[in-house]
Amino acid sequence: MIRVENVWKSFDEQPVLKDISLTFERGKTNLIIGKSGSGKTVLMKCLVGLLEADRGRIVYGDLDFSAMGYRQRRVIRKELGMLFQGAALFDSMSVTDNVMFPLSMFTTMSRKEKEMRAAFCLERVNLHGADHLQPSELSGGMKKRVAIARAISISPKYLFCDEPNSGLDPPTAILIDKLISEITEEFNITTVVNTHDMNSVMEIGDKVVYIYLGELWWVGSRHEILHTGNKELNDFVYATELMRTLKK
Amino acid sequence: MGILLRRPEKASMYRRKIVVEMDLLGLESLGIVAIISVFMGAVVTIQTAFNTDHPLLPIYAVGFATRQAIILEFSPTIISLILAGKVGSRIASEIGTMRITEQIDALEIMGVNAAGYLILPKIIASMIINPALVVISIFLGIFGGWMVSAATGVVSLHNYIYGILFEFSSYDVMYAIIKTVVFAFIIASVSGYFGFYTRGSALEVGNASTKAVVFSSIYIILFNLILTQLLLI
Repeated sequence: MIRVENVWKSFDEQPVLKDISLTFERGKTNLIIGKSGSGKTVLMKCLVGLLEADRGRIVYGDLDFSAMGYRQRRVIRKELGMLFQGAALFDSMSVTDNVMFPLSMFTTMSRKEKEMRAAFCLERVNLHGADHLQPSELSGGMKKRVAIARAISISPKYLFCDEPNSGLDPPTAILIDKLISEITEEFNITTVVNTHDMNSVMEIGDKVVYIYLGELWWVGSRHEILHTGNKELNDFVYATELMRTLKK
Repeated sequence: MGILLRRPEKASMYRRKIVVEMDLLGLESLGIVAIISVFMGAVVTIQTAFNTDHPLLPIYAVGFATRQAIILEFSPTIISLILAGKVGSRIASEIGTMRITEQIDALEIMGVNAAGYLILPKIIASMIINPALVVISIFLGIFGGWMVSAATGVVSLHNYIYGILFEFSSYDVMYAIIKTVVFAFIIASVSGYFGFYTRGSALEVGNASTKAVVFSSIYIILFNLILTQLLLI
Protein backbone atom coordinates (compact mmCIF):
# COMPACT_ATOMS: atom_id res chain seq x y z
CA MET A 1 0.00 0.00 0.00
CA ILE A 2 1.13 3.55 -0.72
CA ARG A 3 -0.13 6.54 1.27
CA VAL A 4 0.12 10.06 -0.09
CA GLU A 5 -0.36 12.63 2.66
CA ASN A 6 -0.88 16.35 2.01
CA VAL A 7 1.56 16.54 -0.87
CA TRP A 8 2.35 19.94 -2.40
CA LYS A 9 4.61 20.61 -5.35
CA SER A 10 5.36 23.87 -7.15
CA PHE A 11 7.52 24.93 -10.07
CA ASP A 12 8.66 28.56 -10.10
CA GLU A 13 6.16 29.31 -7.34
CA GLN A 14 3.38 27.94 -9.55
CA PRO A 15 1.59 25.17 -7.60
CA VAL A 16 1.19 21.99 -9.63
CA LEU A 17 0.02 19.67 -6.83
CA LYS A 18 -2.17 21.10 -4.08
CA ASP A 19 -2.60 19.17 -0.87
CA ILE A 20 -3.03 15.73 -2.42
CA SER A 21 -3.94 12.96 0.04
CA LEU A 22 -4.91 9.48 -1.10
CA THR A 23 -4.16 5.78 -0.76
CA PHE A 24 -3.17 3.26 -3.41
CA GLU A 25 -4.22 -0.23 -2.39
CA ARG A 26 -2.36 -3.49 -2.73
CA GLY A 27 -3.57 -6.03 -5.28
CA LYS A 28 -5.53 -3.35 -7.11
CA THR A 29 -4.95 -1.38 -10.28
CA ASN A 30 -5.08 2.25 -9.16
CA LEU A 31 -5.56 4.75 -11.97
CA ILE A 32 -4.63 8.44 -11.88
CA ILE A 33 -6.57 10.26 -14.58
CA GLY A 34 -6.79 13.87 -15.59
CA LYS A 35 -6.29 16.26 -18.48
CA SER A 36 -2.83 16.99 -19.83
CA GLY A 37 -1.15 19.45 -17.48
CA SER A 38 -3.34 18.50 -14.52
CA GLY A 39 -0.34 17.30 -12.51
CA LYS A 40 -0.71 13.52 -12.73
CA THR A 41 2.80 12.95 -14.15
CA VAL A 42 4.28 15.21 -11.46
CA LEU A 43 2.40 13.18 -8.84
CA MET A 44 3.79 9.95 -10.23
CA LYS A 45 7.33 11.38 -10.34
CA CYS A 46 6.94 12.42 -6.69
CA LEU A 47 5.73 8.90 -5.85
CA VAL A 48 8.83 7.24 -7.33
CA GLY A 49 11.24 9.90 -6.09
CA LEU A 50 12.19 11.43 -9.44
CA LEU A 51 10.84 14.70 -8.02
CA GLU A 52 10.76 15.80 -4.39
CA ALA A 53 7.48 17.04 -2.95
CA ASP A 54 7.73 20.52 -1.36
CA ARG A 55 5.51 19.43 1.53
CA GLY A 56 3.71 16.28 2.65
CA ARG A 57 4.67 12.61 2.94
CA ILE A 58 4.74 9.57 0.71
CA VAL A 59 4.63 6.35 2.70
CA TYR A 60 5.35 2.87 1.30
CA GLY A 61 3.85 0.33 3.69
CA ASP A 62 5.12 1.70 6.99
CA LEU A 63 8.19 3.43 5.55
CA ASP A 64 8.21 7.21 5.07
CA PHE A 65 9.82 7.50 1.61
CA SER A 66 9.89 11.33 1.79
CA ALA A 67 12.06 11.33 4.91
CA MET A 68 14.58 8.82 3.58
CA GLY A 69 18.07 9.55 2.32
CA TYR A 70 19.59 8.23 -0.89
CA ARG A 71 20.87 4.96 0.61
CA GLN A 72 17.64 4.16 2.45
CA ARG A 73 15.59 4.86 -0.65
CA ARG A 74 17.63 2.35 -2.62
CA VAL A 75 16.08 -0.44 -0.53
CA ILE A 76 12.56 0.64 -1.54
CA ARG A 77 13.59 1.35 -5.12
CA LYS A 78 14.56 -2.30 -5.54
CA GLU A 79 10.89 -3.08 -4.88
CA LEU A 80 9.66 -0.69 -7.56
CA GLY A 81 9.00 -1.49 -11.19
CA MET A 82 8.12 1.20 -13.69
CA LEU A 83 6.76 1.17 -17.21
CA PHE A 84 7.57 4.43 -18.97
CA GLN A 85 5.55 6.07 -21.71
CA GLY A 86 8.28 5.36 -24.27
CA ALA A 87 9.21 2.01 -22.61
CA ALA A 88 12.75 3.33 -21.81
CA LEU A 89 14.47 0.10 -22.81
CA PHE A 90 18.26 0.24 -22.83
CA ASP A 91 19.22 0.68 -26.49
CA SER A 92 22.57 -1.04 -26.18
CA MET A 93 21.09 -4.27 -24.78
CA SER A 94 19.06 -7.09 -26.32
CA VAL A 95 15.56 -7.89 -25.07
CA THR A 96 16.86 -10.63 -22.75
CA ASP A 97 19.66 -8.42 -21.41
CA ASN A 98 17.13 -5.65 -20.70
CA VAL A 99 14.97 -8.04 -18.67
CA MET A 100 18.00 -9.53 -16.92
CA PHE A 101 19.52 -6.12 -16.05
CA PRO A 102 17.83 -5.63 -12.62
CA LEU A 103 18.68 -9.24 -11.75
CA SER A 104 22.33 -8.75 -12.72
CA MET A 105 22.53 -5.55 -10.72
CA PHE A 106 20.75 -6.61 -7.53
CA THR A 107 20.89 -10.38 -7.21
CA THR A 108 23.56 -13.06 -7.02
CA MET A 109 21.75 -15.32 -9.48
CA SER A 110 23.84 -17.32 -11.93
CA ARG A 111 23.65 -16.55 -15.66
CA LYS A 112 21.49 -19.64 -16.19
CA GLU A 113 19.06 -18.63 -13.42
CA LYS A 114 18.79 -15.10 -14.80
CA GLU A 115 18.09 -16.40 -18.29
CA MET A 116 15.37 -18.69 -16.92
CA ARG A 117 13.76 -15.85 -15.00
CA ALA A 118 13.93 -13.56 -18.08
CA ALA A 119 12.37 -16.30 -20.21
CA PHE A 120 9.57 -16.71 -17.63
CA CYS A 121 8.87 -12.95 -17.58
CA LEU A 122 8.89 -12.70 -21.38
CA GLU A 123 6.58 -15.70 -21.55
CA ARG A 124 4.29 -14.02 -19.02
CA VAL A 125 3.91 -10.95 -21.25
CA ASN A 126 3.29 -13.23 -24.26
CA LEU A 127 6.44 -12.26 -26.08
CA HIS A 128 7.88 -15.18 -27.99
CA GLY A 129 10.99 -15.38 -30.15
CA ALA A 130 12.15 -11.84 -29.48
CA ASP A 131 14.86 -12.69 -26.93
CA HIS A 132 17.84 -11.68 -29.05
CA LEU A 133 16.29 -8.67 -30.79
CA GLN A 134 17.46 -5.13 -30.07
CA PRO A 135 14.89 -2.52 -28.87
CA SER A 136 15.13 -0.73 -32.24
CA GLU A 137 13.79 -3.89 -33.91
CA LEU A 138 10.60 -4.02 -31.79
CA SER A 139 7.15 -2.53 -32.39
CA GLY A 140 5.63 -0.11 -29.85
CA GLY A 141 3.50 -2.84 -28.26
CA MET A 142 6.45 -5.25 -28.03
CA LYS A 143 8.59 -2.56 -26.38
CA LYS A 144 5.90 -2.01 -23.75
CA ARG A 145 5.71 -5.75 -23.09
CA VAL A 146 9.48 -6.01 -22.70
CA ALA A 147 9.36 -3.04 -20.32
CA ILE A 148 6.66 -4.82 -18.26
CA ALA A 149 8.78 -7.99 -18.26
CA ARG A 150 11.79 -5.97 -17.05
CA ALA A 151 9.66 -4.30 -14.37
CA ILE A 152 8.36 -7.62 -12.98
CA SER A 153 11.66 -9.52 -13.32
CA ILE A 154 12.76 -8.59 -9.82
CA SER A 155 9.31 -9.34 -8.32
CA PRO A 156 8.42 -5.78 -7.35
CA LYS A 157 5.90 -4.90 -4.66
CA TYR A 158 4.94 -1.72 -6.51
CA LEU A 159 4.37 -1.20 -10.23
CA PHE A 160 4.08 2.25 -11.80
CA CYS A 161 2.92 2.75 -15.37
CA ASP A 162 3.09 6.14 -17.07
CA GLU A 163 0.60 6.26 -19.95
CA PRO A 164 1.17 2.58 -20.76
CA ASN A 165 -0.92 2.49 -23.92
CA SER A 166 -0.12 5.84 -25.50
CA GLY A 167 0.77 5.48 -29.17
CA LEU A 168 -0.67 1.97 -29.42
CA ASP A 169 -3.52 0.73 -31.60
CA PRO A 170 -6.75 -0.09 -29.64
CA PRO A 171 -6.36 -3.91 -29.55
CA THR A 172 -2.71 -3.67 -28.42
CA ALA A 173 -3.63 -0.97 -25.88
CA ILE A 174 -6.29 -3.25 -24.36
CA LEU A 175 -3.80 -6.14 -24.36
CA ILE A 176 -1.29 -4.05 -22.38
CA ASP A 177 -4.01 -2.86 -19.99
CA LYS A 178 -5.18 -6.41 -19.33
CA LEU A 179 -1.61 -7.58 -18.84
CA ILE A 180 -1.05 -4.92 -16.19
CA SER A 181 -4.29 -5.85 -14.44
CA GLU A 182 -3.51 -9.60 -14.53
CA ILE A 183 0.01 -9.10 -13.21
CA THR A 184 -1.32 -6.90 -10.40
CA GLU A 185 -3.69 -9.62 -9.21
CA GLU A 186 -1.35 -12.54 -9.86
CA PHE A 187 1.61 -11.08 -7.94
CA ASN A 188 -0.55 -9.13 -5.46
CA ILE A 189 1.30 -5.84 -6.07
CA THR A 190 0.29 -2.21 -5.73
CA THR A 191 -0.10 -0.83 -9.23
CA VAL A 192 -0.46 2.84 -10.08
CA VAL A 193 -1.28 3.75 -13.67
CA ASN A 194 -1.19 7.24 -15.08
CA THR A 195 -3.53 7.65 -18.04
CA HIS A 196 -6.06 9.83 -19.81
CA ASP A 197 -7.48 6.96 -21.81
CA MET A 198 -11.08 6.19 -20.85
CA ASN A 199 -10.78 2.70 -22.38
CA SER A 200 -8.13 1.91 -19.76
CA VAL A 201 -10.34 3.32 -17.03
CA MET A 202 -13.24 1.10 -18.03
CA GLU A 203 -11.06 -1.99 -18.56
CA ILE A 204 -8.85 -2.05 -15.48
CA GLY A 205 -9.68 0.81 -13.08
CA ASP A 206 -10.20 -0.86 -9.68
CA LYS A 207 -9.68 2.52 -8.08
CA VAL A 208 -9.79 5.73 -10.09
CA VAL A 209 -8.37 9.06 -8.92
CA TYR A 210 -9.24 12.20 -10.89
CA ILE A 211 -6.80 15.11 -10.63
CA TYR A 212 -8.05 18.50 -11.75
CA LEU A 213 -5.75 21.55 -11.86
CA GLY A 214 -3.42 19.93 -9.32
CA GLU A 215 -6.18 19.06 -6.86
CA LEU A 216 -7.67 15.72 -5.93
CA TRP A 217 -11.14 16.11 -7.43
CA TRP A 218 -12.74 12.69 -7.28
CA VAL A 219 -12.00 9.13 -6.08
CA GLY A 220 -14.09 6.08 -6.96
CA SER A 221 -14.31 2.91 -9.05
CA ARG A 222 -14.77 2.46 -12.80
CA HIS A 223 -18.40 1.56 -12.17
CA GLU A 224 -19.09 4.80 -10.28
CA ILE A 225 -17.29 7.10 -12.72
CA LEU A 226 -20.08 6.98 -15.31
CA HIS A 227 -22.73 8.10 -12.84
CA THR A 228 -21.02 10.89 -10.95
CA GLY A 229 -22.54 14.33 -10.83
CA ASN A 230 -19.13 16.00 -10.80
CA LYS A 231 -19.14 18.49 -13.69
CA GLU A 232 -15.37 18.61 -14.34
CA LEU A 233 -15.12 14.82 -14.23
CA ASN A 234 -18.10 14.43 -16.55
CA ASP A 235 -16.50 16.86 -18.99
CA PHE A 236 -13.41 14.62 -18.96
CA VAL A 237 -15.25 11.29 -19.15
CA TYR A 238 -17.69 12.36 -21.86
CA ALA A 239 -15.22 14.39 -23.93
CA THR A 240 -15.46 12.01 -26.89
CA GLU A 241 -18.42 11.48 -29.20
CA LEU A 242 -18.25 7.76 -28.51
CA MET A 243 -18.73 8.21 -24.76
CA ARG A 244 -21.53 10.76 -25.27
CA THR A 245 -23.32 8.33 -27.60
CA LEU A 246 -22.92 5.52 -25.08
CA LYS A 247 -24.31 7.76 -22.35
CA LYS A 248 -27.43 8.46 -24.41
CA MET B 1 31.84 14.24 -8.48
CA GLY B 2 30.38 12.98 -5.18
CA ILE B 3 27.57 11.22 -7.05
CA LEU B 4 30.10 9.44 -9.27
CA LEU B 5 32.07 8.10 -6.34
CA ARG B 6 29.14 6.59 -4.44
CA ARG B 7 29.63 2.92 -3.64
CA PRO B 8 28.69 0.81 -6.70
CA GLU B 9 25.59 -1.37 -6.41
CA LYS B 10 27.57 -4.33 -7.77
CA ALA B 11 31.27 -4.00 -8.48
CA SER B 12 31.31 -6.81 -11.07
CA MET B 13 28.76 -4.94 -13.24
CA TYR B 14 30.97 -1.84 -13.16
CA ARG B 15 34.10 -3.88 -14.00
CA ARG B 16 32.34 -5.45 -16.97
CA LYS B 17 31.19 -2.02 -18.13
CA ILE B 18 34.75 -0.66 -17.91
CA VAL B 19 35.94 -3.42 -20.27
CA VAL B 20 33.08 -2.70 -22.70
CA GLU B 21 33.88 1.03 -22.62
CA MET B 22 37.58 0.36 -23.22
CA ASP B 23 36.55 -1.37 -26.42
CA LEU B 24 33.99 1.26 -27.50
CA LEU B 25 35.97 4.35 -26.57
CA GLY B 26 39.52 3.12 -27.08
CA LEU B 27 39.89 0.26 -29.52
CA GLU B 28 37.32 1.72 -31.91
CA SER B 29 39.48 4.86 -32.06
CA LEU B 30 42.61 2.91 -32.96
CA GLY B 31 42.07 3.25 -36.73
CA ILE B 32 41.83 7.03 -36.81
CA VAL B 33 44.69 7.39 -34.31
CA ALA B 34 46.89 5.15 -36.46
CA ILE B 35 46.16 6.95 -39.73
CA ILE B 36 46.65 10.42 -38.26
CA SER B 37 49.83 9.42 -36.41
CA VAL B 38 51.56 7.89 -39.45
CA PHE B 39 50.76 10.85 -41.69
CA MET B 40 51.56 13.48 -39.07
CA GLY B 41 54.90 11.78 -38.32
CA ALA B 42 55.69 11.83 -42.04
CA VAL B 43 54.73 15.50 -42.40
CA VAL B 44 56.67 16.55 -39.29
CA THR B 45 59.77 14.82 -40.70
CA ILE B 46 59.47 16.55 -44.10
CA GLN B 47 58.77 19.96 -42.49
CA THR B 48 61.71 19.58 -40.09
CA ALA B 49 64.03 18.44 -42.88
CA PHE B 50 63.20 21.51 -45.01
CA ASN B 51 63.37 23.98 -42.15
CA THR B 52 66.64 22.72 -40.61
CA ASP B 53 68.58 22.57 -43.86
CA HIS B 54 71.57 24.51 -42.48
CA PRO B 55 75.29 23.55 -42.44
CA LEU B 56 75.56 24.21 -38.67
CA LEU B 57 72.76 21.79 -37.84
CA PRO B 58 73.51 18.07 -37.90
CA ILE B 59 71.35 16.00 -40.24
CA TYR B 60 70.26 13.72 -37.40
CA ALA B 61 68.48 16.76 -35.88
CA VAL B 62 65.56 15.88 -38.18
CA GLY B 63 65.00 12.57 -36.37
CA PHE B 64 65.61 14.19 -32.99
CA ALA B 65 63.11 17.04 -33.63
CA THR B 66 60.53 14.63 -35.04
CA ARG B 67 60.80 12.42 -31.95
CA GLN B 68 60.53 15.32 -29.52
CA ALA B 69 57.59 16.92 -31.37
CA ILE B 70 55.72 13.63 -31.48
CA ILE B 71 56.38 12.56 -27.87
CA LEU B 72 55.98 15.94 -26.18
CA GLU B 73 53.09 17.52 -28.08
CA PHE B 74 51.69 15.77 -31.10
CA SER B 75 50.75 12.39 -29.61
CA PRO B 76 49.48 13.44 -26.16
CA THR B 77 47.83 16.75 -27.07
CA ILE B 78 46.71 16.53 -30.70
CA ILE B 79 45.52 12.93 -30.36
CA SER B 80 43.64 13.91 -27.18
CA LEU B 81 42.00 16.80 -29.04
CA ILE B 82 40.96 14.39 -31.79
CA LEU B 83 39.61 11.99 -29.16
CA ALA B 84 37.75 14.90 -27.55
CA GLY B 85 35.89 15.25 -30.84
CA LYS B 86 35.32 11.56 -31.51
CA VAL B 87 34.89 10.11 -28.03
CA GLY B 88 33.53 13.25 -26.33
CA SER B 89 30.66 13.65 -28.78
CA ARG B 90 29.91 9.94 -28.52
CA ILE B 91 29.73 10.02 -24.71
CA ALA B 92 27.59 13.18 -24.58
CA SER B 93 25.15 12.04 -27.26
CA GLU B 94 24.85 8.50 -25.82
CA ILE B 95 24.11 9.70 -22.28
CA GLY B 96 22.02 12.65 -23.53
CA THR B 97 19.84 10.31 -25.59
CA MET B 98 19.44 8.05 -22.56
CA ARG B 99 18.32 11.10 -20.58
CA ILE B 100 15.65 12.30 -23.03
CA THR B 101 14.30 8.77 -23.62
CA GLU B 102 13.90 8.24 -19.84
CA GLN B 103 16.49 5.42 -19.73
CA ILE B 104 18.33 7.32 -16.97
CA ASP B 105 15.06 7.70 -15.03
CA ALA B 106 14.56 3.94 -15.42
CA LEU B 107 18.00 3.31 -13.88
CA GLU B 108 17.32 5.73 -11.01
CA ILE B 109 13.97 4.12 -10.22
CA MET B 110 15.59 0.67 -10.14
CA GLY B 111 17.92 2.05 -7.46
CA VAL B 112 20.99 2.29 -9.71
CA ASN B 113 23.26 5.32 -9.28
CA ALA B 114 22.85 6.35 -12.94
CA ALA B 115 25.67 8.94 -12.95
CA GLY B 116 28.06 6.47 -11.38
CA TYR B 117 27.06 3.57 -13.61
CA LEU B 118 27.11 5.54 -16.85
CA ILE B 119 29.98 8.01 -16.38
CA LEU B 120 32.51 6.46 -13.97
CA PRO B 121 33.30 3.39 -16.15
CA LYS B 122 33.85 5.72 -19.13
CA ILE B 123 36.28 7.87 -17.11
CA ILE B 124 38.23 4.85 -15.84
CA ALA B 125 38.24 3.18 -19.28
CA SER B 126 39.49 6.38 -20.96
CA MET B 127 42.21 6.85 -18.34
CA ILE B 128 43.43 3.31 -19.02
CA ILE B 129 43.05 3.07 -22.80
CA ASN B 130 44.02 6.59 -23.94
CA PRO B 131 47.65 6.34 -22.70
CA ALA B 132 47.91 3.04 -24.60
CA LEU B 133 46.59 4.80 -27.72
CA VAL B 134 49.13 7.58 -27.25
CA VAL B 135 52.05 5.16 -26.89
CA ILE B 136 50.90 3.45 -30.11
CA SER B 137 50.61 6.90 -31.70
CA ILE B 138 54.21 7.72 -30.70
CA PHE B 139 55.52 4.55 -32.35
CA LEU B 140 53.40 5.06 -35.47
CA GLY B 141 54.39 8.75 -35.74
CA ILE B 142 58.08 7.84 -35.63
CA PHE B 143 57.39 5.04 -38.10
CA GLY B 144 55.68 7.56 -40.42
CA GLY B 145 58.84 9.68 -40.36
CA TRP B 146 60.99 6.64 -41.09
CA MET B 147 58.70 5.66 -43.96
CA VAL B 148 58.85 9.08 -45.60
CA SER B 149 62.60 9.19 -45.12
CA ALA B 150 62.93 5.85 -46.86
CA ALA B 151 60.54 6.85 -49.64
CA THR B 152 61.79 10.38 -50.41
CA GLY B 153 65.30 10.48 -48.98
CA VAL B 154 64.75 13.83 -47.17
CA VAL B 155 67.07 12.36 -44.56
CA SER B 156 69.05 9.12 -44.66
CA LEU B 157 67.61 6.27 -42.59
CA HIS B 158 70.84 6.01 -40.61
CA ASN B 159 70.69 9.70 -39.62
CA TYR B 160 66.96 9.51 -38.91
CA ILE B 161 67.35 6.54 -36.54
CA TYR B 162 70.43 8.11 -34.92
CA GLY B 163 68.39 11.28 -34.26
CA ILE B 164 65.47 9.25 -32.88
CA LEU B 165 67.81 7.57 -30.36
CA PHE B 166 69.88 10.70 -29.61
CA GLU B 167 69.72 11.68 -25.91
CA PHE B 168 66.45 9.80 -25.41
CA SER B 169 64.92 10.39 -22.00
CA SER B 170 62.19 8.03 -20.78
CA TYR B 171 60.83 10.90 -18.68
CA ASP B 172 59.52 12.47 -21.91
CA VAL B 173 57.32 9.42 -22.47
CA MET B 174 56.22 9.52 -18.83
CA TYR B 175 55.35 13.23 -19.31
CA ALA B 176 53.25 12.32 -22.37
CA ILE B 177 51.43 9.59 -20.45
CA ILE B 178 50.71 11.84 -17.44
CA LYS B 179 49.27 14.50 -19.75
CA THR B 180 47.16 11.91 -21.58
CA VAL B 181 45.69 10.54 -18.34
CA VAL B 182 44.65 14.05 -17.30
CA PHE B 183 43.21 14.76 -20.76
CA ALA B 184 41.34 11.43 -20.74
CA PHE B 185 39.75 12.37 -17.42
CA ILE B 186 38.75 15.76 -18.86
CA ILE B 187 37.23 14.27 -22.04
CA ALA B 188 35.13 11.61 -20.28
CA SER B 189 34.02 13.68 -17.29
CA VAL B 190 33.17 16.90 -19.18
CA SER B 191 31.31 14.99 -21.92
CA GLY B 192 29.56 12.80 -19.34
CA TYR B 193 28.46 15.90 -17.45
CA PHE B 194 26.96 17.60 -20.52
CA GLY B 195 25.24 14.36 -21.56
CA PHE B 196 23.84 13.64 -18.12
CA TYR B 197 22.34 17.08 -17.67
CA THR B 198 20.72 17.23 -21.11
CA ARG B 199 17.15 18.46 -20.90
CA GLY B 200 14.48 18.59 -23.58
CA SER B 201 14.53 17.10 -27.06
CA ALA B 202 16.88 15.63 -29.67
CA LEU B 203 18.02 19.17 -30.49
CA GLU B 204 19.41 19.46 -26.96
CA VAL B 205 21.36 16.23 -27.43
CA GLY B 206 23.12 17.88 -30.38
CA ASN B 207 23.81 20.98 -28.29
CA ALA B 208 25.16 18.86 -25.42
CA SER B 209 27.42 17.03 -27.83
CA THR B 210 28.78 20.27 -29.28
CA LYS B 211 29.34 21.77 -25.82
CA ALA B 212 31.12 18.59 -24.71
CA VAL B 213 33.61 18.82 -27.59
CA VAL B 214 34.16 22.57 -27.23
CA PHE B 215 34.64 22.56 -23.45
CA SER B 216 36.78 19.39 -23.48
CA SER B 217 39.06 20.97 -26.10
CA ILE B 218 39.35 24.24 -24.16
CA TYR B 219 40.18 22.41 -20.91
CA ILE B 220 42.74 20.24 -22.72
CA ILE B 221 44.51 23.33 -24.13
CA LEU B 222 44.42 25.01 -20.73
CA PHE B 223 45.70 21.98 -18.82
CA ASN B 224 48.33 21.39 -21.51
CA LEU B 225 49.83 24.76 -20.61
CA ILE B 226 49.60 24.12 -16.86
CA LEU B 227 51.06 20.59 -17.06
CA THR B 228 53.87 21.69 -19.38
CA GLN B 229 54.80 24.38 -16.88
CA LEU B 230 54.62 21.94 -13.95
CA LEU B 231 56.29 18.89 -15.49
CA LEU B 232 58.93 20.21 -17.88
CA ILE B 233 60.17 23.45 -16.38
